[in-house]
Amino acid sequence: MSKFKKKSDGGTPAISTASLPDIVFMLLFFFMVATVMRENSLKIQNALPVANQVEKLDKKNPVSYIYMGKPSAGYEKFGTESRIQLNDQFAELSEVGAFIGAERAALREELIPFLTVALKVDKDANMGIVGDVKYELRKVNALKINYTTGVGDALNNIK
Amino acid sequence: MAKRSAPEVNAGSMADIAFLLLIFFLVTTTIEKDSGLNRKLPPIEEDVEPPIIKQRNIFTVLLNGKDQLLVEEELMEIKDLRAAAIEFLDNNGDGTCTYCKGAKNTSSSDNPYKAIISLKNDRETTYATYISVQNELVAAYNVLRNRRALELGPSQGFTDMNFVEMQKNYKDARFIGNKIKLKEVINQIKLEFPQKLSEVQ
Repeated sequence: MSKFKKKSDGGTPAISTASLPDIVFMLLFFFMVATVMRENSLKIQNALPVANQVEKLDKKNPVSYIYMGKPSAGYEKFGTESRIQLNDQFAELSEVGAFIGAERAALREELIPFLTVALKVDKDANMGIVGDVKYELRKVNALKINYTTGVGDALNNIK
Repeated sequence: MAKRSAPEVNAGSMADIAFLLLIFFLVTTTIEKDSGLNRKLPPIEEDVEPPIIKQRNIFTVLLNGKDQLLVEEELMEIKDLRAAAIEFLDNNGDGTCTYCKGAKNTSSSDNPYKAIISLKNDRETTYATYISVQNELVAAYNVLRNRRALELGPSQGFTDMNFVEMQKNYKDARFIGNKIKLKEVINQIKLEFPQKLSEVQ
């Protein structure tokens, strides 16, 4: 009897999962390296427009971020008009100058002239608020700005 | 008691731990966007007499609150803006620009050095449209500068390298070549096609 049973369980052998951890670790390391922890948690909608003549923002020089957009879900009490966000909170236009002052105070003196202000503006925001912020920046002599955009065909911005 | 060999640690759950970490990083990852259009704002100057500029040297671009584009008093689609700006900058009305290939139209700009693009937008203009227009205007300058770089490059030892690539290579630490010379070429092209983009308040 046993003579015939011998090879009966010779179907497909079990696939070895011993290399599974290796694969997972590989992915893990990729994401660990690629991750940039968010600098600020956003309280506004911030879908950036796209452009194709972009330059890379030089991270060697100090960068300050100013966010603009409509308050996102959960913050409707701040209205439906576009607002400015500095650091982690909504800000008024008059606070922009003080914010740049604070950013400069945190820098080494020789780096101050190289401070770039990156404007991360929602694509549905209107230019009124952006123009106002630009004027505030001119007042405090922060003249290097960068309109942060995604990469893509700029003609797709308009639908 | 006889010496016991250390029991083998079960590594079967390692994959689970790794998965847990992986999922955490997957969820928290936001690939940060760090590219954009670099601009320089003009400093605030008080009581400065505006320079007298001939009307033909100014290329007016108006964006109204309904995102319509008015270029030199004519309605225009954004996709046509780039070509129109190139035509204006490259016009060479007074014939002093030896590297221009424009139409030498006397009713358009004198030379690239005098040509100024003036951009005015409304408060209600959407940001996306504004960025598209900015992008097209920067593109117009880049097209001309690239063309010039391809002409100028070979005599300086930088063949098949357009202006954008030159700038990229200049910033690249791994670039093999004469960086001082490259900087000279870049500066020369920048002088030949200066980016004169003025924004009206």
